Order: sequence, then C-alpha cells, then structure tokens
Amino acid sequence: MSIMIPLREIGIVGYGAYIPRYRLAAEAISRLWRGGQDQHILPVREKSVPGPDEDTVTMAVEAAQNALRRAGLSPEVIRAVWVGSESHPYAVKPTGTLVAQALGIAPATLAADLEFACKAGSEAMQAAIALVGSGMADYALAVGMDTAQGRPGDALEYTAAAGGAAYVIGPAEGAVAVLEATYSYVTDTPDFFRRAHQRYPEHANRFTGEPAYFHHIVNAARGLMDALGLTPADFAGAVFHQPNLKFPRKVARELGFTPEQIRAGLLVGEVGNTYAGSSLLGFSALLDEAWPGDRLLLVSFGSGAGSDAMSFIVTERIEAARDRAPRTHAYVTRRAPVDYATYARWRQKFTV
Amino acid sequence: MRDVAIVGIGQTPVREHWDRGLRDLAVEAVLAAMDDAHVRRADALYVGNMLSGTLSFQEHVGALIAEYAGLEGIEAVKVEAACGSAAAALRQAVLAVQSGQVEVAIAVGVEKLTELASKCTTNALAMAADADYEAVMGLSFVAINALLMRRYMYEYGVSKEDFAAFTVNAHANARHNPFAMFHTPVTREQYAAAKMIADPINLLDSSPVSDGAAAVVIVPAERAREFSDKPVRVAACEVGTDTVALDNRANPLWLKGVERSARRAYRRAGVEPQDIGVFEVHDAFSIMAALSLEASGLAEPGTAVRLANEGAITPTGQFPIATMGGLKGRGHPVGATGLYQVVECVLHLRDEVPDAVRVEGVQYAMAQNIGGSGATVITTLLERLIT
Amino acid sequence: MDIPRNWRLRDQRYRLQGTRCASCGAHHFPPRPVCPRCRGRHVEPYRFTGRGRVYSYTVVYQAPEGFEQYVPYVVALVDLEEGVRVTAQLTDVDPEEVAIGMPVEMVLRKLGEEGERGLILYGYKFRPRIGDPKGEAESD
Repeated sequence: MSIMIPLREIGIVGYGAYIPRYRLAAEAISRLWRGGQDQHILPVREKSVPGPDEDTVTMAVEAAQNALRRAGLSPEVIRAVWVGSESHPYAVKPTGTLVAQALGIAPATLAADLEFACKAGSEAMQAAIALVGSGMADYALAVGMDTAQGRPGDALEYTAAAGGAAYVIGPAEGAVAVLEATYSYVTDTPDFFRRAHQRYPEHANRFTGEPAYFHHIVNAARGLMDALGLTPADFAGAVFHQPNLKFPRKVARELGFTPEQIRAGLLVGEVGNTYAGSSLLGFSALLDEAWPGDRLLLVSFGSGAGSDAMSFIVTERIEAARDRAPRTHAYVTRRAPVDYATYARWRQKFTV
Repeated sequence: MRDVAIVGIGQTPVREHWDRGLRDLAVEAVLAAMDDAHVRRADALYVGNMLSGTLSFQEHVGALIAEYAGLEGIEAVKVEAACGSAAAALRQAVLAVQSGQVEVAIAVGVEKLTELASKCTTNALAMAADADYEAVMGLSFVAINALLMRRYMYEYGVSKEDFAAFTVNAHANARHNPFAMFHTPVTREQYAAAKMIADPINLLDSSPVSDGAAAVVIVPAERAREFSDKPVRVAACEVGTDTVALDNRANPLWLKGVERSARRAYRRAGVEPQDIGVFEVHDAFSIMAALSLEASGLAEPGTAVRLANEGAITPTGQFPIATMGGLKGRGHPVGATGLYQVVECVLHLRDEVPDAVRVEGVQYAMAQNIGGSGATVITTLLERLIT
Repeated sequence: MDIPRNWRLRDQRYRLQGTRCASCGAHHFPPRPVCPRCRGRHVEPYRFTGRGRVYSYTVVYQAPEGFEQYVPYVVALVDLEEGVRVTAQLTDVDPEEVAIGMPVEMVLRKLGEEGERGLILYGYKFRPRIGDPKGEAESD
C-alpha cells in the first residue's frame, strides 16, 4: 500500500489562519497592464496584500498563535516548528527558529523551513504527522504561509497573494479532526520555478494546468480514496489547492465532488492564491464550518510538482475549539482596499 | 560654600554655520566670554555638548577646546545630558567655584548639528530617548513631543491652533536678537498652514536644527567686581531628573523633572515662582513650553496654553518667556542651548536687552534647560546684584 | 545592525516578556531588576497579555532613517491591561481611525531592516483588536 498511516492515532489538535488586511482588486491590475480588456475573465476578484511590516515570519506567528489557542496547549510542549513557504524572509537563516522563539516554543524543539512551491505547507504537515504518528513526540507545529511574488504585469500578478494557516498535530484524544491516512504523489514537472537570486518566478503558461496541477491532484486524491475505499460522496467537504477560481472547481468536478462540497474552503476569489498557505487556509475555513463526524479531504499542489492528499474525520472537540481564536472569515472580511501604487510601494516594486 | 557670580558672557549667532566647525564655534564663545570678563586665564573649562561624537566624529572635546582657546593645561571635561548638556556644564562650573576648588571657571555649550545629512541629525537627536524601547519603534524626538501634545489636547480640550501663541511670541521676540536664527515674524495663519512633521506637531511648533555656542565665566561673588561692573549672582542652579522613556511616567503631562529641578532652585534661592521676572523656557516644541510653565508652578495644570493666548508670555505679560526668541526663534543648538538661555538672562539683569523685549523691574531671571522629554532638567536662577 | 543587542532583547520584543514584582505585584515592561513601586528586588518573569488601549498617538510624516518605507505611520503610547504603558507603532490601521482609548492588541511585526543585506528586526506593534475593530465592545 502506498498510502501512509501513522503508527498511532493522531490528528489536528489546533488550527489557525492568517490573512493580511489589505486587498488589491484584480480589476486594478487589468486596467494598468491589459487596458482592462480581460475584465470579464479575471481569475479572482481581489487578492490579499501584506502590509509593509508583514512577512512570512510575522504571519506564521499569528496563525500559529491561533492554532495554539485552539489546541489549548502551552507552547513548551511543541517538539517541532516546520514552516513551509516560498517566501522565507532569509535565504539562509530559518523562519522556524524565529517562530519558535516568538511563540515561546524554543528551545526544546525541532525547527526548520520547507520549500516545495505551493506544497511546502502540506509537506510540513506530513512531517509533523510522521513525528507525532511515530510516537517520537506528542505535538508538532506545521505552518504553510506565503507572501507570494508576482512579476508586475504577469498573469500571476492577479493572484499572487499573502496568507496561510498553521496546524498543531497531536494525539487523537485531543484532536478536532483525526487523520485517516495520507497519500503523496510527486514527479519532476517544471511547470513553475524561481532560480536563486531571482525576484520573480517563471511559469510555463498552460503547461501549469493539465500535466501539472490536474495530473498531480487527481492522482493524489484518487490514490488516497481508492486505498481507503472511499468515494467523493463519503466526504462532507474538500479543499484543493486554489491558484485561481477555475482550477479547483474544475478538478473537483473531474474527481466527482459537488460545488457545495468545496464551497466553504474556496477562498481564492476573495483572497487570491496564498501559495504554500493556499490549501491549508482553505482547510481552516472548512474546519470552521465542520460538524463532528464530517470526513474532510485536503489536497495540496506544489509546482515542480506534487500533491499531498489527507483525509480527516472531525470530532466533537471542534465545537469548543473553533471560537478560541478568530475564524478564517474574520480575516477574510477584515479587508481594506489598496490601490496599485500603494501595493507597488509596499511590495518594493519601485527601484528607490 | 561661597556665592558665585557670572562676570562674562559670550555667544555666537545661531545659524547653519557651514564654514565653522565645532571647535571654532566653542572657541569663539569662550573667547567672547573671557573678553567680557577681562580674563586671560581660567582654572577649569566645562564643555556642554550632546553630539560631537556622533555628528562631528569627535569626542574628548574638553581638552580640545581648552587647547584651541589658549587654555591648554587647565582642567577641562565634557558634560552630556542630551539637550540639557549646556546647563549641566554650568552646574559643574558653579559647584567647582562654590566649593573653593576652582577660582575662575568657564562653562561653554556647543553644538554642531549641520555636519551630516539631516537624516543623521534626526537619528542622532533621537538618542536622547530610550534607544531600546522608543527609538527602535520609529519614534523621532519630534514624535515623542507629539505624543505629549496629543494627550494634552485631549486631556484639557485645547485645540492645535491654540499652540500658535508660543510660536508667534517666540518669533516676535527673536526679531530683536541679533544672535537669533530667525528674524521674521510668524502669523497664526502661517502656523496653521505649516507642514506636519509628527501630527499634531508641525514645522512651526519645532525649534530649528542649528549650530552655535554660548559661554559664561564664573567666579566667587566676593571677587565679582574685579571682573565686571555688572556681575550677576547665581542664586541657584539645580538639577532634577525623571524617567528617560516617556512611557514610564504615570502622568506624562506633569514633568516631574521640571518640578523637582524648579522646586530645588526656588528653595535654594529663597524665591517664589511669582518673583521671577523673565523665564527663558525650554520651548524645543510648543508643548514643552506649556508643560514647563505648569510644572514650574507658573501656571495651573492645563492652563498654560490659555494663558499664553491671553498674552501672559509676552515681554509685557505676567510671565514673559522666550524673550530673545527662545529655542523656537533664537534656535536650538541642543548642547549649547542652556547657556544661550543663561546668557540672555544675564543680558536682562544687566539691562542690555533691546527695548522691544525689555521687561521692567526684573530682580530674578530663570533659565530652564531640559534634556530629552524631561528626563534631565536644570533650572538656573540668576539675581541682579545691587549696584 | 547591532546584532547582540537585538538578540538579547528578543523575548521582550517578540512576546512582551517583562517582569512582575513578587513583593507588591506591580508589573514592569521593560523588565526591571528593582521594582520602581516598592523598590523590591525580587522580580519574576511575566509575559504580558498584549491587550491595551491607546493613551496617546502621533502620525509620523518625517521619519528617522530606516523607517521611511512606512511613512506615514502611527506611534502610540499604549496602556496595557496590567497597568503598564509601552511605546509602539500601531499597524493595520488608517491614521484617521486612531483615537485615544481605542482597544488594541499586540502583534509581531517587522520593526525595520538593515538594507537588503542586513538583519530584519522584529518586535511588538499593536493593532485594533480583531473581531472588535471599532472597539465598541470590551473583550474578556
């Protein structure tokens, strides 16, 4: 069997979201770079923009704080802080140690950063699942967070956004959602990449679709469901990586999920693509609305390329946990629009 | 302990002195004060200065200035207390002569703020605040005063425009002082339209960045007539302190350092606030003038701005302040300012001020020099000696 | 950038780690070896909740070096609920929304960075409380 099941029952004991306050309308980018001629086919309505004092570290800390609050744990019990991102503030120097220090988790902990394009966050979850599932530790923190870079005028500028979520993985007794199994599917597929020292990524246009996004997500999801003997109808909700509104809707349809099943977790239209944070953020919104007994599916996708698929069953502990920290929608609705000039200034797109 | 007197004063114009360095300015003021006192030698030199190291890359200015003023070999040290450095140096000179260890002491305050780019100066001035807990937050020195002003407006229902009275008075008086930086009056309309620096503080609330030096010669009072026909007695020169960071004060609108320093000075001199004829206040910002008047006992809490608008602070008012322009109009070369204030008080007591700013019947003149947002305060009371 | 200094202050900066006097119960930030209230020297570590209200504020238009990219920004005196006042920037807020008395909560943000090559400095700032943006309700 190629699915992965931990040695002991484990699950999500705490989760937390973060989205910056600012939003840039896709329409503003269209007007500036396309003369507005693509207004009717914009990939999202607007995207989140980090404030000038925000980065992956500060956003990871807030999401993780929310996750720790929901878990009701004191920080010293966490044995790993793994942060997945493609926008770590330093090329060399871990985001993880800073997050661990800020949260009071340090020093008796593992800490490291992961990079796998938009899959870095779910990869961090997989590592946490393995650490806790093996019994080596009781609690581990996994974060997927990004301040994605979009080259001015590029198609990706419409969607490259900021945000993500954090998960505390722990024993099933304390879990708000118990893990059934995970399945991962990767191949060497160069659909999107950024070379060292480059500010912006390159992408292979329509090649990012069928051979990359769809192929990996479909195989990961099917691999997991087939091994567990499940069909889409067994799931109350699902989240697929959301680079735009079209892709997750299309892949859901292809796999046999209904629009209602992906509704609660589909944030990309209001928030944009938060890259390593995207599927984890959608999943936190799904948990916010889940009922005990619900089975939920999380499938990430990262360019390069690969997908992690995970199946969880929600427990009655969700009821008490979800209001111990701001819900995902509190961040979605906390919005202040900015114009393109402000966005360009904050994102340092001007040469000063 | 013996009484001491000021028998010589010297000052350079307050300007952007592009053609003069720190030592040139200090030496000019020292020599002017020595000439005024008709002395060729002194026993000790106390140099008040805040930023020689940061902006002129020169520390060790005590010996340096002594050397260039032709005083090589005498006792010479620098005294630093942020914007209160000059009066802190005066305090050392007074103590030295009072104690009998020194016969003739010179105190000079000097500052050269225009050496580097203005950003550097802004950063350097912020060193008067707490580096770890204030400056690191992006708090400029102006912003610290803006925090005080905003709360004052909120607490006492005073409007921003009401603070114009301080600026208008300072500039009106500065016109008559040849050493002042500004010689043009400011109207309330100009004040209201001025560029905001740290809301609610605008450009015309703020004293200008400038260079200058001022000096005095201190001798035992019993020997004063050997040096000057118009000696002025130092009735008190007292220091009070408070927390450096504003946030550590229970009531930031009450400057405890000012209260402590002023009360000690009143007690030492045996005077009451109403005995003071002229008050050279530390009006680095309009709000500091208001808070100083209140904590010095000249105005009830929350009333200084109203009194200023009723004319109390003009040369003909109830308590004239900034009679030679104050920090706002004369300029604020930070580590020199305290001695400019003292020199101006001496001019009043010698009856040597221009008629336009003359205050009738001054027996006591008070200079109050403040370091930081009130962490170090030196209040000097000068008394007219009967002629 | 002065690396050792910022390093040794990291717990204060990142999580408002202060002290509490074991004798009289007063809280202190920054941490202090001697209690300013009772002069007692028996102090213990205390982490502040980070909730407070704006005591005063200013909008900075002429920034010191290193803060230009944030202009205009708001710096405030914040009264923490433990009875301690701290100086910090307000973030995620439009200057015209700020008012004395506004409830705020601590967040970790970038304080500045030393050019493109130097250290990034992180520390506490405050923002309007989430879920209570206008500050109408007092939270627990």
